[in-house]
Amino acid sequence: MTASSLRWAKALPLSAKIGLAFVLFWLTVAVVGPMLAPYPVGAFVAYDVFDGVSAQHWLGSDYLGRDVLSRLLSGARYTVGLAAAAALLASATGTALALTAAVGGPKVDEPLSRFMDTLISIPSKILSLVLVAAFGSSLPLLLLIAAVTYVPGNYRIARALAVNLAQMDYVQVARARGEGRIHLALREILPNMIHPLLADFGLRFVFIVLLLSGLSFLGLGVQPPDADLGSLVRENISGLGEGALAILMPAVAIATLTVGVNLLIDGLKGKRA
Amino acid sequence: MAGASSSSGVKAALSLIAKRFASSLLTLFLVSLVVFTIAQLLPGDAAQEALGQSATAEQVQALRHEMGLDRPAHERYASWLSGMVSGDPGQSLVANLPVSEVISSRLPNSLLLAALSALVAVPVALAIGIGSAMNRGGKLDRALNISTLSMVAVPEFLVATLAVLIFSVKLRWLPSIALVADDMSWGDYLRGAAMPILCLSIVVIAQMARMTRAAVIDQMDRPYVEMAVLKGVAPVRMVLRHIMPNAVAPIVNAMALSLSYLLGGAIIVETIFNYPGLASLMVNAVTSRDMPLLQACAMIFCAAYLILMLIADVTAILANPRLRAQ
Amino acid sequence: MTAHVEVNGLRVTARNAAGETFPIVSEIDFALKRGEVLALIGESGSGKTTIALTLLGHARPGATIAGGSIRVGDHEILSLDARGIAQLRGNRIAYIAQSAASAFNPSRTIMDQVIEPALIHHLMPRAQAEKKAVELFRALALPFPDTIGSRYPHQLSGGQLQRLMASMALVTDPELVILDEPTTALDVTTQIEVLRAFKAVVLERGATAVYVSHDLAVVAQMADQIVVLNQGRIREKGAADQILHRPADDYTKTLMAAARPAIRPAPKQAVLPSAPLLEIRDMTAGYGKIGKDGRPRIPVLRDINLTIERGATLGVIGESGSGKSTMARVIAGLLPPAQGEVLLNGEPLPPGLKGRSRDQFRRIQLVFQNADTALNPAHSVGQILSRPLAFYHGLKGNAARLRVLELLDLIRLPATVIDRRCGELSGGQKQRINLARALAADPELILCDEVTSALDTVVGAAILDLMAELRKELGVAYMFISHDISTVRAICDDILVLYSGTMVDMGRREAFRAAPFHPYTDLLIGSVPEMRAGWLEESAAARSLPRIGAPAEEADLCRFLPRCPARIDGLCNVTPPPRHQLSKGNDILCHHGEVTLTQVQGVAA
Repeated sequence: MTASSLRWAKALPLSAKIGLAFVLFWLTVAVVGPMLAPYPVGAFVAYDVFDGVSAQHWLGSDYLGRDVLSRLLSGARYTVGLAAAAALLASATGTALALTAAVGGPKVDEPLSRFMDTLISIPSKILSLVLVAAFGSSLPLLLLIAAVTYVPGNYRIARALAVNLAQMDYVQVARARGEGRIHLALREILPNMIHPLLADFGLRFVFIVLLLSGLSFLGLGVQPPDADLGSLVRENISGLGEGALAILMPAVAIATLTVGVNLLIDGLKGKRA
Repeated sequence: MAGASSSSGVKAALSLIAKRFASSLLTLFLVSLVVFTIAQLLPGDAAQEALGQSATAEQVQALRHEMGLDRPAHERYASWLSGMVSGDPGQSLVANLPVSEVISSRLPNSLLLAALSALVAVPVALAIGIGSAMNRGGKLDRALNISTLSMVAVPEFLVATLAVLIFSVKLRWLPSIALVADDMSWGDYLRGAAMPILCLSIVVIAQMARMTRAAVIDQMDRPYVEMAVLKGVAPVRMVLRHIMPNAVAPIVNAMALSLSYLLGGAIIVETIFNYPGLASLMVNAVTSRDMPLLQACAMIFCAAYLILMLIADVTAILANPRLRAQ
Repeated sequence: MTAHVEVNGLRVTARNAAGETFPIVSEIDFALKRGEVLALIGESGSGKTTIALTLLGHARPGATIAGGSIRVGDHEILSLDARGIAQLRGNRIAYIAQSAASAFNPSRTIMDQVIEPALIHHLMPRAQAEKKAVELFRALALPFPDTIGSRYPHQLSGGQLQRLMASMALVTDPELVILDEPTTALDVTTQIEVLRAFKAVVLERGATAVYVSHDLAVVAQMADQIVVLNQGRIREKGAADQILHRPADDYTKTLMAAARPAIRPAPKQAVLPSAPLLEIRDMTAGYGKIGKDGRPRIPVLRDINLTIERGATLGVIGESGSGKSTMARVIAGLLPPAQGEVLLNGEPLPPGLKGRSRDQFRRIQLVFQNADTALNPAHSVGQILSRPLAFYHGLKGNAARLRVLELLDLIRLPATVIDRRCGELSGGQKQRINLARALAADPELILCDEVTSALDTVVGAAILDLMAELRKELGVAYMFISHDISTVRAICDDILVLYSGTMVDMGRREAFRAAPFHPYTDLLIGSVPEMRAGWLEESAAARSLPRIGAPAEEADLCRFLPRCPARIDGLCNVTPPPRHQLSKGNDILCHHGEVTLTQVQGVAA
């Protein structure tokens, strides 16, 4: 198992290996990060605000004199966790609806697709802003809002795949064999969509990370005392003029996470083609 | 023979365009339903919200009546929609001004920002996209691939903070806040808006270039390109005369999609630079839960998106001889 | 006289996914004199197209010309730089691609593309090039030669595009023309017209030509010399006459044998008093909304009546678009008919999938042309075969596995393939699995839609042998859908000829041995090339058409009218044709009686 995944990773192009390293790094941080934090997240531990690198504070201190490293480790968990859960929810919902449309015939497909087309014509950031304004931004709501925002995109891609596959001869053969719709959707169509769907899941994860951190940056996302990486950039914006680590590090953290996922997906695509 | 078919072809293309237009209008109508419905689900009461906790029940009731909140939902929807269509989407709760007035002071700024960013982004993206497609698999292509791939994943506020750090803090070339006034000269405006334009362009260029490259490469794999190679056609002529006519539709589609991204990207960029545009107005509307203003802004953004898509589809119809000349 | 084109020690390599380089063709030598036609013959993967493209100095992406020399006239092709080679292409050396429909740029007019070689090589001004193109259009017997240039590719038929591609090749008067399977994508009745045009125009202009094909009979019409290729190497080369009539190599002999399908006698059937296995009554089918007259908006099949007896084989033949695949879809329930009914064992089947019992589903199985798309790539062979066992027979676990092994044995595949995915199997093996999946249901009728068309001749012949054996062993009936009349005549008991969705000719196989036929059947049979030189010149198929007035509107006229060489003005273009029986037993839909048809067709057939 480990040996085969090692071989798999070795065969990746260099850019994908870098991407994989970033992704694994941030996943690990999200899982165990807070345990490794040198200081409690909310504690005022430094004498100075916007301190530089020091032995006590590897990444300096923030605008209130808190330890940046500790806050970063905890913020990463919010960013990665929320985005992964929302991407999973969006992909699962979108794909389930897409399969329903593909095997349900025009009577199911047409109204569903029309509705999704409507949602997709509302740019994702605008839709999420309207949703935040209407419902607020507690953590579960943020998760739901991000998922709802990206369901239509996943639906569109999954439906295109599923409708194409539903026309394949092997699905026609299964229909002529007398198979039911659930068998068609889950056994004949779905297994052939997995690879593109995984790539789409990765992209959606990236979109959601960017969306949620963007919302937090605007002060509309994760609310204090909780803080994701976007909130960290926002709260330290006053350090921009000094080029403080407290503002740069969370921004760089987001970028390495999303760029890493993108590099990995791109490398996997190239490998299969 | 040819004449007859081309005039009937024009007719067919026109009817296709008309259908496409009607479909956009229908979508916009459905979007208005969705936006209105979400706004209606608002927990709490807009009147209560507007007056604050200290208001008496009578005051709230009076305002509810004045705002029409005591009427059934479909009636309110009808009057809101007819207001939107006739250019009067209601009263902004926070500014206490008609929404139309608030928006009309901001919309031109946003349009100007989008137009200038597009003006920078489109040629650069086309050059990168076509260039790397022609160099497919080469060093330049791979380098561009990695950099555009990274750029599309970088959050706008990182681009913006880095830009401020470099151009305002270190080099002191450009102001970190975009001051835009009505009586500014063009030179002053451009200096003020340079940073937002730069940030928006960078974010959009990467996306647009990737999609352009994909569209061109998709064509390069077709048999007609091999045929043209075997006719002795040189690379530049290949791209301009053979590939471009077929890639126009997907490229314009890529442009439209990316430009529609400008609408969303502008939200962060306008906020960071304090640019007085529609997107930052919308963020304020969210923070203050000014629903009439928010709904109107959302509808404008959706309409802009649909117009871009419509342009892309009409281009596709006009560029395709199958649809143009049947 | 020295050779005009000379190829020595040619070697082309490719790189696989693991980065290893391996040869795709090697040790290729041949030479031909000015004005000669050399044919490269082989099955898919033989390297014939790869070799032909090297003459233009071209290798497809992933492949590299690794060694050898190619001389065309005074030019050493492999020592030229990119500019030098581009100057020869489309100028001194021209290429005619396999599928003109995709080789023409969809966004540019025909004329623009036809004269482009002359313009980019600065051979003549635009006006002169256009004049020359129109002359070529005329010589190639294209309709509306003066205006056809202003059309776009999608407005023209495959046969027309193939001839237009020839005019594009000839506009620069090249010294060497490469023809890469130029008629493979065409229907047989169109192929003969294109071949005739090519022979008259391309070859008679004195250009040297290299003709790539998998079809020996087509090559027999065109070639002076033949090179037989197999897996990237030359098996045999020599004068056309020698290769066709006195082949020395075993592989060439196999190819020749597979090209002439063996006639398989029908097994003796017990006469059963019961209802026929399948019966179709007055069936009309198509796509789109069904109108008031009961016909769909896009009708595909009309007024179909047929029966298939237990254990019998019915051949359904027609060209692309004739509705033959739609027939299988209707019977299988994938497309409900607009009118009429389908009866199985005398009982009407529900029109669509809905309402059919599992047993009804089991009795009729569908086998598609292309095993690549007919087998789910996500499933293993074992999974594919055990699904119908579980679904119809409730077989699970070890019982199912044993039955799968039995099935594999039945189709002559080793038991080891059971855990493999279909992507790892060869084309012939996949088609066997495709067949075995149908057999797993224990069906009474198998609908075979072009099951051998996607396969090489030799592999296809083996599949036909297998089908014949299964029929003998299991007593299963087939509906064999094909575009190839010789295959159908070889293996079917009854034959139905479809033209544009109507049954024009139907009868026992014996009735299709000699004239008289329906005029379309006659054209179809007369268009199949014979494996001897001179057939093309002698064949009478698709020659001049009698002039007729404008066809009457409204009337349900003969669909074959626009192409019929036996049509009569004032009759065929005014009155719908009657269905009547000829004395040898076949029913035809035609105004002509036995006597006239025999007169017209007697000589040719």
